[in-house]
Amino acid sequence: MEIVVCVKQVPDTTEVKIDPVKNTLIREGVPSIVNPFDKIAVEVAIQLKEKHGGRVRVVSMGPPMAKDALKECLAMGADEAILVSDRAFAGADTLATSYTLAETIRKMGPVDIILCGKQAIDGDTAQVGPGIAENLGMPQITYAAKIEVNGDTVKVDREHEAVYEVYEVKMPVMITVVKSIAEPRFPTVKGTMRANRAEIPVWSAADINADEKRIGLNGSPTQVRRIFTPKQRSNGEIIQAETASEAVAQLMSKLSDAKII
Amino acid sequence: MAVIVNQEKCIGCSACVPACPFNAIDMAGGKAVINEKCTLCGACVPVCPVEAILREEVERTALMDKTQYKGVWVFIEHEEGAVKGVAHELLGEGRKLADELGEPLAGVLIGHNVLAMASDAFASGADKVYLVEGPEYEHYNTDAYAAAFTDVTQTYKPSSVLIGATNNGRDLAPRVAAQLGTGLCADCTGLSIDPETKLVIWTRPAFGGNIMADILCPEHRPQMGTVRPKVFKKPVADPARKGELIKVASKVKAADLRVKLLEIIQVCTTSCNLEEADIIVSGGRGMNKPENFCVIEELAEVLGGAVGASRAAVDAGWKPVMHQVGQTGKTVGPKIYFACGISGAIQHLAGMSSSDTIIAINKDVDAPIFTMADYGIVGDVMEVIPLLTAEFKKYKAASK
Repeated sequence: MEIVVCVKQVPDTTEVKIDPVKNTLIREGVPSIVNPFDKIAVEVAIQLKEKHGGRVRVVSMGPPMAKDALKECLAMGADEAILVSDRAFAGADTLATSYTLAETIRKMGPVDIILCGKQAIDGDTAQVGPGIAENLGMPQITYAAKIEVNGDTVKVDREHEAVYEVYEVKMPVMITVVKSIAEPRFPTVKGTMRANRAEIPVWSAADINADEKRIGLNGSPTQVRRIFTPKQRSNGEIIQAETASEAVAQLMSKLSDAKII
Repeated sequence: MAVIVNQEKCIGCSACVPACPFNAIDMAGGKAVINEKCTLCGACVPVCPVEAILREEVERTALMDKTQYKGVWVFIEHEEGAVKGVAHELLGEGRKLADELGEPLAGVLIGHNVLAMASDAFASGADKVYLVEGPEYEHYNTDAYAAAFTDVTQTYKPSSVLIGATNNGRDLAPRVAAQLGTGLCADCTGLSIDPETKLVIWTRPAFGGNIMADILCPEHRPQMGTVRPKVFKKPVADPARKGELIKVASKVKAADLRVKLLEIIQVCTTSCNLEEADIIVSGGRGMNKPENFCVIEELAEVLGGAVGASRAAVDAGWKPVMHQVGQTGKTVGPKIYFACGISGAIQHLAGMSSSDTIIAINKDVDAPIFTMADYGIVGDVMEVIPLLTAEFKKYKAASK
């Protein structure tokens, strides 16, 4: 089975803080990590390979430093990694990114399953997975909480609000995964050594025969006009009373005064 | 194309360094230098006091005749025979955008035997409803819904399209946007019209809610976005309001559906339908043990609300993942959110910060949740919550 996992290197947004005085992001010391949902997708891919055989390849679009993210996936047990990197990709929105990754995967040859995390924690768009599927004319199943391969079909439990929807689809298919599907493994020492030695090929826009009108800023219909820090919620009222019942009584009267209840 | 720092103009003030969300500006030799992490977002451009930073704009040739595209559209998402709340909310907000643009507001209703829902869309403000019906739309299906939506869009050419940022909305929208080759803004929490260009300004959180971005789609039509549920108020329904119904023939056949729905597994009750809940009572690590969640469930039941949980509580196995609120779980926006024994990690805050009123109960006065809360009680959850439940019971009995 041929599995391709799309991964993104992201700043660890949980480490990002706001400078309360300047009202700007403090990013000093914020590490770059593999998007946590993509790491889960890598784990799922390795588990599928362990059960059904085949090959797991990881692919990322990003600057040269994104190789670190790919090495981490190799250390976990992915077989190969490819970085698609070119200045011409800069400024890509989700449409241009989907196209670029789809063309990359096309060049990689036949694929049975494309796996993506449900979204990346920096942009939180959840749009690139479906965009890749559309570009490749593949069916998609998003928010997968369980994946079972039987012959040429895949059965997926999709997390949907208060239920699980069980779907069946013939491969090839693009699937995005949620957190509950698997816990990413830690790389072994051997895996890490192998990853460190691995040469990661870097493909340029020309290598994937990309249409220059569809990549980077040129291929991106959306433009960021302004970035700003959100309004902090106004300081609330903190009740510290002698007893719990007094505190609750105070809260009830405040809620009532504010016409919340 | 690139973002360029004019090294002669740059005074080395470093104001641009923190303005960059991608850490792509370094100071070298007293001058700002753009590094490889630059995504060309342009956030640094207006920050420079001496206008030393320039973003070379791309020559965007006329891609399409934009004047042909008119109207604000809303995807009328429905489930189990009823229009979802988010569709009403978007009709209400879409109405304002349409009025400002002087364009009609339309709903796109795709389904099987859903004609009756068209009047709900009219009642919430739609001037028109485009209706695509057929047995292949019985249940949401990416292939069928995307094909139908793209077809109606190509035929009737709206200027903008709003889709609820639900699981299905976020499954559908990128597929349609890719078919149309247009831009899509994800999970927006603010919508407005730029007075000068008449473009929709899509405002959305990024970086786990740490920053906000205004996004435009200047040269492609339709401008598309998914919009977070519960951010906008539902308009008051006017059942007397009528509109124009446009039936569109379905071009989808049953054989076009590549993904087949086998069954739907109910895993829990309404208590985990967090997306639609007006009140959510959530518990975190401070609940100490799974049995203690019973006090949360009781309060939720009295209030007719849903039960949420922090990542810590879910990871500990105290609550199934469907209850999880936060960046890795669900994004919610109820009228009242109770955070019980939740410290308030940024990932949790990202999932509930658009709640109207946040009430936090925590024994630690320094818990970050208190900086976010409208009301906070410093105290023991196991003591405070049952008292609250009793008070709300009394309150409900009295208001009957």
